[in-house]
Amino acid sequence: MRIGLFVTCLTDTLFPETGKAVVSVLERLGHQVEFPAGQACCGQMHFNTGYRREAVPMARTFAEVFGSYEAIVTPSASCASMVHEYYPALAAEAGDAGLQRAVADVVPRTYELSVLLADVLQVTDVGAYFPHRVTYHPTCHGLRMLRVGDAPLRLLRGVRGLDLAGLPDAESCCGFGGTFAVKNSDVSAAMCADKVAAVRQTRAEVVCATDNSCLMHIGGALSRLRYGVIVKHLAEILASTD
Amino acid sequence: MPTYLGMPAFPEAARTAVADSQLRRNLTHATHTIRAKRAGAVAELSDWEQLRQAAKAIKDHTLAHLDTYLLRLEENVTKAGGQVHWARDAAEANAVVAGLVRQAGADRVVKVKSMATQEIGLNEALAAQGIKAKETDLAELIVQLGHDLPSHILVPAIHKNRAEIREIFRREMPGAPPGLTDEPAALAAAARAHLRQEFLAAKVGISGANFAIADTGSLVVVESEGNGRMCVTLPETLISVVGIEKILPSWRDLEVFLALLPRSSTAERMNPYTSIWTGVHDVDGPKVFHLVLVDNGRTASLADGTGRQALRCIRCSACLNVCPVYERTGGHAYGSPYPGPIGAIISPQLRGLDSAADRSLPFASTLCGACYEVCPVAINIPEALVHLRAKVKHPWPERTVFHLSGQVLASPRRLAAVQRMASASRRIVGRSGRIRRLPPPVSGWTQTRDAPAPPPESFRAWWLRTRGRG
Repeated sequence: MRIGLFVTCLTDTLFPETGKAVVSVLERLGHQVEFPAGQACCGQMHFNTGYRREAVPMARTFAEVFGSYEAIVTPSASCASMVHEYYPALAAEAGDAGLQRAVADVVPRTYELSVLLADVLQVTDVGAYFPHRVTYHPTCHGLRMLRVGDAPLRLLRGVRGLDLAGLPDAESCCGFGGTFAVKNSDVSAAMCADKVAAVRQTRAEVVCATDNSCLMHIGGALSRLRYGVIVKHLAEILASTD
Repeated sequence: MPTYLGMPAFPEAARTAVADSQLRRNLTHATHTIRAKRAGAVAELSDWEQLRQAAKAIKDHTLAHLDTYLLRLEENVTKAGGQVHWARDAAEANAVVAGLVRQAGADRVVKVKSMATQEIGLNEALAAQGIKAKETDLAELIVQLGHDLPSHILVPAIHKNRAEIREIFRREMPGAPPGLTDEPAALAAAARAHLRQEFLAAKVGISGANFAIADTGSLVVVESEGNGRMCVTLPETLISVVGIEKILPSWRDLEVFLALLPRSSTAERMNPYTSIWTGVHDVDGPKVFHLVLVDNGRTASLADGTGRQALRCIRCSACLNVCPVYERTGGHAYGSPYPGPIGAIISPQLRGLDSAADRSLPFASTLCGACYEVCPVAINIPEALVHLRAKVKHPWPERTVFHLSGQVLASPRRLAAVQRMASASRRIVGRSGRIRRLPPPVSGWTQTRDAPAPPPESFRAWWLRTRGRG
């Protein structure tokens, strides 16, 4: 399958290893991955902070750049849910019929990585080896907007050597929330404190998720507290081999 | 009497709240307990989602034809011997109620727990006219005796534990039994004895209503303690203050809501007391019945295509109980009788976005979606929050940042340039791979978290270097 990679601006800029991991996993499974250089950001930060107009050109760029792919994969449940949940409304608001058509066309082919692998391609053993104790944090947008279900867990269970530890109160938000993390940094920190306490309880070495944004938040607190626990995007675990 | 007026913006109020260890413990305990119970009560019904969609459809239909149903309600209340009054805003509603209390020759009233009267500040308005309003719901009584403010829609004293309640009773309740313990049964008995005299002496009762049935002019109050039943049956005069969105067309519609409301709010299959009354009767009950229908910003909210879904709210408070933000801050930080996720969309709609507090409310959420998931009338609170965020006038430094970042994030060329600068800065700011301190406007991030240092090259640069143009 010819798959377009929407790497997301955050992963592109700060977590390139995640993007490389997506490429590596999909190529290992025999797919052709392309990174169209015209891509930028999905617009979620602007949209969610109340700058809807600024998000329109970003939606337009996305639809134009990815229009020709059979499937579009992204290592972010949050950015995928922005595309699925809000692009149609945003295009309608912009009063641009062409954009509405382009969005309607591209949305159903846009998949978060674990959904593409486990549900669309129906692969749960991607040939990965990761001999560590790992806990999984289901991110809110993956859980409640995109509804990725247990796709990430099915993939983790297929990883050789991986010791999967259940996270207590897993479905509680970590407190990231985009600009919330800065605008309401006290509440955000209070939520994160409970999340890292839950992580600690699992005695895991690694916290994994489908969003680098939430992982940046959880990992930032773990690092500040010198917990000795690291965060890793699901893609990077799936890309690991012996 | 304390009021919500002049309260600080949410982040500031929340900073104090998250540091209050007693509050945090009380809230964690209370919200986690009710959360688990609600999930159990809801799981018993196999058709929960259908009920939820039915409730949404009924409310949307009613709101779309509100003019028709309101007139029908007025006609049927009047036919049954009640009098209907219309109030555009809080001031009008308070003036009507004060006038009706005077007309009944009373200077004190007993009250059923009611969000509408909290919203319009009725107790304060009556006090200014020399009329004493006595709250009879146990939690409202605790709040009133403690000169406090409610912090939860269903459990206004959720921020207090039983030791604190005992202190309030011993200090403020006339005739509190000596040797009162903090056993819930003892506290309830003390409140019961205290309130009994109030019920028997009251000439006027004031209530809200959970539902108003247009077809028959009936009003419905759903409660747990029986104090409401006392208030709507014992006094000679009953005044019900009801928001115009509380209307349902028929009794058939009520069935759906009586299945949803108790399970969502108290996690009960059915609440202990459901009082329904239609006008007045010769045999028993009040001899005079007034219905005060309050707009107070609801019509304006109805005109907003996305915002109007908040008018479906049945005040169950399930969204508060699951909200990770409410769990850490409690209700007072929201500066309104409507706290939590629903408050964050109702308060700015009813009061406008003029004050710093109201402008901050749409941002008091991580958009985690837990509220939408449990809402029995399927209010998409995250969607409404994001909608309101777009209506807020943002401070100019933020506008500048978002305008500039918008230019960068919409252009792959500019984004690549910024990434190159970031990677170059790695030599200065991030040799350890971690940034311990960031400058404003993102300094809030590094108060409690490290930030990742930019990588030596972006993904984009790596792809271009190793694979060439895509």
